[in-house]
Amino acid sequence: MSGVREDSQPRAGGASASAPAISVQNVSVNYGEVRALENVSFTLAAGRVCGLIGMNGSGKSTLFKAITGMLRPDHGAVTINGGTPALARKAGVVGYVPQSEEVDWAFPISVRDVVMMGRYGHMGFARRPKPADRGAVDDALERVELTELADRQIGQLSGGQKKRAFVARGIAQGATVLLLDEPFAGVDKRSEATITTLLRELAAEGATVLVSTHDLNALPRLADEAILLMRTVLLQSTPAEVLKPRNLARAFGLDVSEGGDE
Amino acid sequence: MNPLDFLLEPLSYDFMVRALATSVTAAVVCAVLSCWLVLIGWSLMGDAVSHAVLPGVVLAYVVGAPFAVGAIVFGFLAVGLIGIIRNTSRVKEDAAIGIVFTTLFALGLVLISVIPSQTDLNHIIFGNLLGVSWADLAQVIILGAITLGVLLVKRRDFTLYAFDATHAHALGLNPKVLGAALLGLLALTAVVALQAVGVVLVVALLIIPGATAYLLTDRFSRMLVIAPVMSALAAVSGLYLSYYLDTASGGMIVLVEGGVFALVYLFSPSQGVIGKRFGAQRRRRMLAAQ
Repeated sequence: MSGVREDSQPRAGGASASAPAISVQNVSVNYGEVRALENVSFTLAAGRVCGLIGMNGSGKSTLFKAITGMLRPDHGAVTINGGTPALARKAGVVGYVPQSEEVDWAFPISVRDVVMMGRYGHMGFARRPKPADRGAVDDALERVELTELADRQIGQLSGGQKKRAFVARGIAQGATVLLLDEPFAGVDKRSEATITTLLRELAAEGATVLVSTHDLNALPRLADEAILLMRTVLLQSTPAEVLKPRNLARAFGLDVSEGGDE
Repeated sequence: MNPLDFLLEPLSYDFMVRALATSVTAAVVCAVLSCWLVLIGWSLMGDAVSHAVLPGVVLAYVVGAPFAVGAIVFGFLAVGLIGIIRNTSRVKEDAAIGIVFTTLFALGLVLISVIPSQTDLNHIIFGNLLGVSWADLAQVIILGAITLGVLLVKRRDFTLYAFDATHAHALGLNPKVLGAALLGLLALTAVVALQAVGVVLVVALLIIPGATAYLLTDRFSRMLVIAPVMSALAAVSGLYLSYYLDTASGGMIVLVEGGVFALVYLFSPSQGVIGKRFGAQRRRRMLAAQ
């Protein structure tokens, strides 16, 4: 299944360079009677940071699940680098930073072990780490400035450090499509700035970053473009355009002023 | 009596040697599996599967198939039924588990009562550690070795599944396959432990060692050592206690396991209810002394 893989990290995930990094076409997802996503379409080019803006319940997490293929859309299709999500997963292209509530922070695992899990796609049947894997983990930890805390249990980190640990996992993985679900929730401003800088650097190196956030003030610094989601894509444009009150009002309801959230 | 005699005397009986080997094997295999079960939150599932395998074991006996085959079939049947009830009705998961495993267990009891066999119902329900034959022991060791081998070779995948199934999926692994593999191993383990402590108490071996180890360390790799060592020691001491006190062997083993958990719950340096306080006091004294 997933045993053998080349040690090199194919940056483009073995797909055509001209195809958009993420392409979502007419995707609809239902949970029983409830329609979570309706006819969602957008494309993201490689090397861009895109903010995903929407209320709770607007379908952001569902959209992430549809892109990773964790959830099969009822209609429509997702392609990553021009190929199927399954192909991209096998190539180790897709990195995912989960929402805080989805993680068991009491799990008996160290920061280093979490980052090492990014390397499993590069390892053999028993996932025994080789020197190259240890090196990649050390590099990733250093890059997110967690080297000193590497042997802490994951739950003993601050909110921002936890997020950085998961970003490091994606870096160690060599992921070129990074999906971050609410990485700034419960994170102090300094850590948010660190993570923002890090994501911008990764994008400059060619990664595609899709990040859902409630922090509208920080959006222009973070993202090249943004998507307003309300079960469907209301608008995909520059942060400045998306943040205009009349546009936000469509996604959040009429009483929301510029810069506020929820 | 000198301590050496105390330890050696029971071993002069063949049946005690077999009992010891069986209980230690079962204790170790269950303990390793329990590390994942308590972290995923599958303790109740362990209870359910260990009971639900009973009709499978009885039917396998009737048709002359290996017990393990019957156990796996009914283990998956139970998990499947629980999933169906949970997903297609308003009944919550704990209720679905309770309904399915008791019904399948009852089916096993009824089957035993209508099928003429040498097997004593009490032996299946409470275990028959002192009556284990060499053939039983061989089966326990073979199944135990297979289960332990798969668990240890694929331990990193199972841990990834327990910690972050979404990431496992994003890496191209199949979380459903990993989950199903764990459940299959759970059914195999239930057969192993059935011999030792019986259907009712299997769940103790499947939960207590992992939960105890979880209170002692922040490293999963250490849990995988602490849990089986603790459980094997509990099995040996429980068996010796039952020999000298003339009490039920399966019950005694589980009683010791529970006792160890209670001690760790109270006195674990990092997590213990009392141990944490002592640790804090000691640190304060050391700071004051400086």
